[in-house]
Amino acid sequence: MIAERPLAVLVLTALLAVPLWALAVDEPFTITLATRAAILALAAVGLNIALGMGGLVSLGHAVFFGIGGYAMGILAYHAQTYTPLEIFGLSIEGTKSMPVIWLVATLVSALAAWGIGLLSLRTSGVYFIMITLAFGQMFYYFAISWSAYGGEDGLSIYVRNGFPGVNTLVPIQFFALCFALLCAALFLNARLQAAPFGLALNAARQVPARVETVGLNPVRLKLVAFVVSGAITGLAGALFADLNRFVSPTMFSWQLSGELIVLIVIGGVGRLMGPVIGACLFVTLEHWLGGITEFWHVFLGVILLLIVLFARGGLVGLLTGKEGPHV
Amino acid sequence: MSFLLIAEQVLNGLQFGVMLFLMAAGLTLIFGVMGLINLAHGSLYMVGAFAAAAVAGATGSFLLALIAALAAAALAGAIVEMVVIRRLYAAPHLDQVLATFALILIFSEGTRFVFGSFPLFLDIPDALSGPVTLPGGIEYPLYRLSLIGAGLAVAAGLWFLTARTRIGIQIRAGENDREMIAALGVDISKLYTLVFALGAGLAGLAGALVGAIQSVQVGMGEPVLILAFVVIVIGGIGSIKGAFIGALLVGLTDTLGGVFLPELFKLFMAPDTATQTGSALASMAIYILMSLVLIWRPSGLFGVRL
Repeated sequence: MIAERPLAVLVLTALLAVPLWALAVDEPFTITLATRAAILALAAVGLNIALGMGGLVSLGHAVFFGIGGYAMGILAYHAQTYTPLEIFGLSIEGTKSMPVIWLVATLVSALAAWGIGLLSLRTSGVYFIMITLAFGQMFYYFAISWSAYGGEDGLSIYVRNGFPGVNTLVPIQFFALCFALLCAALFLNARLQAAPFGLALNAARQVPARVETVGLNPVRLKLVAFVVSGAITGLAGALFADLNRFVSPTMFSWQLSGELIVLIVIGGVGRLMGPVIGACLFVTLEHWLGGITEFWHVFLGVILLLIVLFARGGLVGLLTGKEGPHV
Repeated sequence: MSFLLIAEQVLNGLQFGVMLFLMAAGLTLIFGVMGLINLAHGSLYMVGAFAAAAVAGATGSFLLALIAALAAAALAGAIVEMVVIRRLYAAPHLDQVLATFALILIFSEGTRFVFGSFPLFLDIPDALSGPVTLPGGIEYPLYRLSLIGAGLAVAAGLWFLTARTRIGIQIRAGENDREMIAALGVDISKLYTLVFALGAGLAGLAGALVGAIQSVQVGMGEPVLILAFVVIVIGGIGSIKGAFIGALLVGLTDTLGGVFLPELFKLFMAPDTATQTGSALASMAIYILMSLVLIWRPSGLFGVRL
C-alpha cells in the first residue's frame, strides 16, 4: 500500500527516467514510446476532469483530440505551402510555432467543448453518452469529407513545428516539452480538485439536487469542467499530431474516445495519477503484446473486463488500497 | 430530379431504415428492460453475418444461412449475458460502457482470428435476385424490396410479441418495475437472458440480411451500432415505437440527404463547391437531426421524461 502523493512522484519519476535511460543506451524508439505515453496521458488527464470529477461519461472526447490535431495540421499546412488561411474574409498566415499552435488548439477545443457541452448537458446518463458519441461521429465524417485538408487520407506535415530555444526534432527534447505540459496539466488538475470549484463539482456529480439548494448551478459547473477538459485534450491532440507529423480523421474516431476512457479506468477513475498510469500501461501493452501477437486487442479486452468486474478503482485503487470515487 | 429517382431513393431510405430498426429494436429492448447500455450489439450483428456467410458457403442455402445467423447471434447473446452482462445490471453506466467495449475487442479480434481479415461474401439467393417493376414504372431490386418486407414483418411480430403475448406482458412489466414482477414469481434472470438473446438474434438477422448486399467483414458492426444509437436516442430509449419511427427517420435522412443536399446547394453555389459542401453536410445530417431532436425533447420523441 502506498499513499497517493508518493505514488505520483514515483510514477512521474519513472516516466522521466525511462527516456533518459533510453537516451543513454541510444534507443530513440523508446523515447518516442514514452512521448506517446505522455501525450495520451495528457489527453486522458483532460478527460478525467470531466469523467472523474464531473461524472460526465463522454464517449466523444476524440472530438477535442482531433480538433487539436487539425489546428496544428491546418496552421502548419498553410505555413509549409506559403498560402494564407482564408476564414470569414480574413487572411491569416499559417505558423510553425508551437506556442501559437498550442494556444489555437486549446482555444478552439474549448470553444467546441462549450458548444457541445451546452447541447449535451441538456441530457444526462445514457443520453449524454450517446449524444457525445454522435458528436464524435459528426466531426469524424466531416473530417473525412473535408477534401481541402486531405479528406480521408489526412494531412502530412514535413517538418515538426518549432519551439523557441528547443530543437523539437531531437526526440528527447520533444519529450521534455510534452512531459512539462503533462506536469502542468496534473498541477492544474490537483489545484482544481482542492479548489472550491472542484469540491462543488464533486458534489454536483454526487447529489445535484443538494448543490442546487445551496445556490449553485450544477449544469454550469459541469459545463465549465467539460470546457477545461476539452481544452486539455485538444492540446494533447496538437502534440500528438506533431509527434506523428500527420493528422487524419482517425483522430476523431470513436475507438479513440473509447481508448481514452479505457486508459483512465485501467489507471483509476477520478484519481490524479490514474490517466498517467493507464497511459503508460496501455502503451507498454500495445508495444509488448502487439509484438507477440497481432490479436493483442483480445488480451486488452480481457484485462479490461477483469478490471471492470473485479478491480473497481483501477490500478491506483489497488496500489493505494482505496476504492475511487463513484461515477 | 425525376419522380423515378426520388421514388427509388425513398425506397432505399426505407430499406436502410428497417434494417436499422432490427438493430435498434434489440438495443432499446435491452436498455428498456435491463437498463443496460450495450456497445457490443454491433458485434452480435457481425456474428450473425459471419455465421450466415459460413453456413451459406457450406450448404448453399440462403434460408439455412438466415436461420444460422439468428441462432448463432442469439446463442452468443445468451452466453455473453450469462457470463458477463448480468454482473453489470447494477453497475454504473461507465462500467457498462467499458465492459461492453471490452467485449467488442474480444469479439472482433476473435472473429479475425477464426475467419481472417479478408471480407467474406454472401450471395443473394437466385429467387430474390434481379429487379422488379413496381406500379408507376419503378425498377427496383427484388432483394432490397424483400428486406423492406422482412423488416416490416419483424416489426409487426415484435409488436405482437410485446403487446399480445404473456412473455410480452412480462417484458413490459420488467421495464416498469423489476422487483414487483420478481415478487410475482417471474424468473427475472431467465427473462433477462431471453430478452438479451432476442435482441441479439434480431441484430444477427440484420447482419445476415445486410451482409448479402455488402461485404461481411470484421468491424462491420460498429458503424451500424452508432447509427442504431442515434436511432434510439431520437426515438426515446426503451420505446420500440420510437425505435421504429427513429429508424425510418434516420434511414430516410441519410439516404435522401446524400442525394439531394448536393443538388440543393447547386442551386446557389458553384457545382464543385456545392457537391463538396452538400456531401459534407449530408454525412453529418443524421447527427444534426439528432441534436435538433434532443434540443426539442431531451429524452427523445417517445422517451419517458427522466
